Amino acid sequence: MIVKSDLKHEVIDFLYHEAKLLDQWKLQEWANLFSENGTYIIPPIGEPEANPLTSMFYIYDDRARLEERAKRLLKKEAHVEYPHSTTLRNYHNIMLNRADDHTIHAECNFTTYRTKREVVDTFLGTASFSLKEIDNQLMIEQKKVVLQLDSLRPQGKISLIL
Amino acid sequence: MREIVKDDIEKNEFLVHRSVFTDKEILAHERAEIFNKCWLFIGHETEVSKPGDYKRKKVGGRNLLLVHSHDGEIRALYNTCPHRGALVCRENEGNSRVFRCFYHAWSFKNDGKLTGMPGRDGFPEDFNDCASKDMKAVQRIESYRGFIFVNFDVNAMSLDEYLAGAKEYIDLAVDQSELGLEVLGGIQQYSVRANWKLLAENSVDLYHGMPTHKTYFDIKHAQDPEIRKVKLEGKGKDLGNGHAVMEYVAPWGRPVAQWTAIWSEELKQDMEEMKKRLVERFGEDRAERIASYNRNIIIFPNLVINDIMAITARTFYPVSPGYLEVSGYSLAPVGEKDNHRLARNNNFLEFLGPGGFATPDDNEALELCQEAYTNNYEVEWNDISKGMVRGEDHVLATDELQMRSFWRQYNKIISSALMEKEATF
Ligand code: FES
Ligand SMILES: [Fe+2]
Repeated sequence: MIVKSDLKHEVIDFLYHEAKLLDQWKLQEWANLFSENGTYIIPPIGEPEANPLTSMFYIYDDRARLEERAKRLLKKEAHVEYPHSTTLRNYHNIMLNRADDHTIHAECNFTTYRTKREVVDTFLGTASFSLKEIDNQLMIEQKKVVLQLDSLRPQGKISLIL
Repeated sequence: MREIVKDDIEKNEFLVHRSVFTDKEILAHERAEIFNKCWLFIGHETEVSKPGDYKRKKVGGRNLLLVHSHDGEIRALYNTCPHRGALVCRENEGNSRVFRCFYHAWSFKNDGKLTGMPGRDGFPEDFNDCASKDMKAVQRIESYRGFIFVNFDVNAMSLDEYLAGAKEYIDLAVDQSELGLEVLGGIQQYSVRANWKLLAENSVDLYHGMPTHKTYFDIKHAQDPEIRKVKLEGKGKDLGNGHAVMEYVAPWGRPVAQWTAIWSEELKQDMEEMKKRLVERFGEDRAERIASYNRNIIIFPNLVINDIMAITARTFYPVSPGYLEVSGYSLAPVGEKDNHRLARNNNFLEFLGPGGFATPDDNEALELCQEAYTNNYEVEWNDISKGMVRGEDHVLATDELQMRSFWRQYNKIISSALMEKEATF
């Protein structure tokens, strides 16, 4: 189903806002964008529809763990991100689809750059969001990040929230 | 004579010269004397369980093809065409009776035998009678309890002899399951900008647990007030041939079978049953070890099997002195119930892997060591002495015997290579 243009703008603004919060390391605010049962997942490379019982995901966070993830990264003892790396996220080719009266699917390509100690790593992929309007506000039901890479080399890790 | 390890029992001091992490000549010796002669993990039998199953594997810098041939044998073929060298199989995994090189279209059965080529009349009648045009297989391939290893040295001792004391600890991990272990999908291929030996050390280093992984333990402590009383405590042990283990208790749940408060009552009851069954099979003591104790095993040179909050195996290889490639596996009991599997996988992802709450911090520690080795010229030695004062038979898991075991074997091999080289000058 088509999404009307004013709503379309609202969703796109919302996605840009989400990316911005991450770039600004406002991670608690980022976690707050998720609904009560919100999830954040990254399936294995090359297997976007993998079954979490039979395949290892990179990330399979329920609402509680995505909040732990956000909080952890703000601590000084999250050594890999202390001092914080510098990041820049771009969302492109945003496509919207209305799943039902309350749910919108948004899919986009993303490029996330991370630099630390003068080494720049690039993460490429597609992100799909299930968004719900709750009390006139958009909330994330699920953010699923599908990496479009051959492996995590040379990036080595997903220490950032992608 | 160049000294790379100082092992001073009198002084209780153990030092490693930092040039071993940065020197290209050392890496060349490691390739020749370690990676070309030791048993290297290639994969698990469950990755190629059916005839025709194959998977590409990089082992010891080679491009291999692990294949379950139709004659029933598991082979490691060199993935290179006997004709002019092209990589024959380009898919990462699959099932096939034949592999066809696209360049001039030679094809090979999945045991490596050349079975077809265009323009056969341009070659002599007896072409390939000597089998030199078949895809070549690694001659030495042996397995232990599902773990398959290759060795590029035809004269190497058997895998069984090589594994020495490590077998007992592999057994403890595998015996968790009555049907054996299986490898899960999504093997994690990542890298670290650090020397490979730093990862070998780190994987059996309990000393760093609390300081490096404080954020993880904070989460664990908040989840379960009972389990927070458990400290990281246990023993370190040399297993021979450079292998070593630390065996210890820790404040996390174990899917087989130590329940923790984040899991359901149903899992709790199941785990009590599992424990009972372990006691029936192995007696009280061994059952307790299997269920409640954690094991990090280093199998020299580059396999780590961690039987901890989940079971992971990692193998790694140096692309250069300052850059390693890792393959991270997850292993689980065959036939595990869905709710147990989910608890296991969540346990894994909370700590382990490139997206976990701990592994990226390890990665960072290694990279910071590597980065600061720019000072090697003036600051030359690493210290790995912890626990020597207790005597090597009485060390704790949080001591550094496990690393010393690795380095003693390493030193034996590399020092004699360096000596031989000096002698030829
Ligand atoms: S290189 Fe493979 S057929 Fe020629
Ligand atoms: Fe660690």
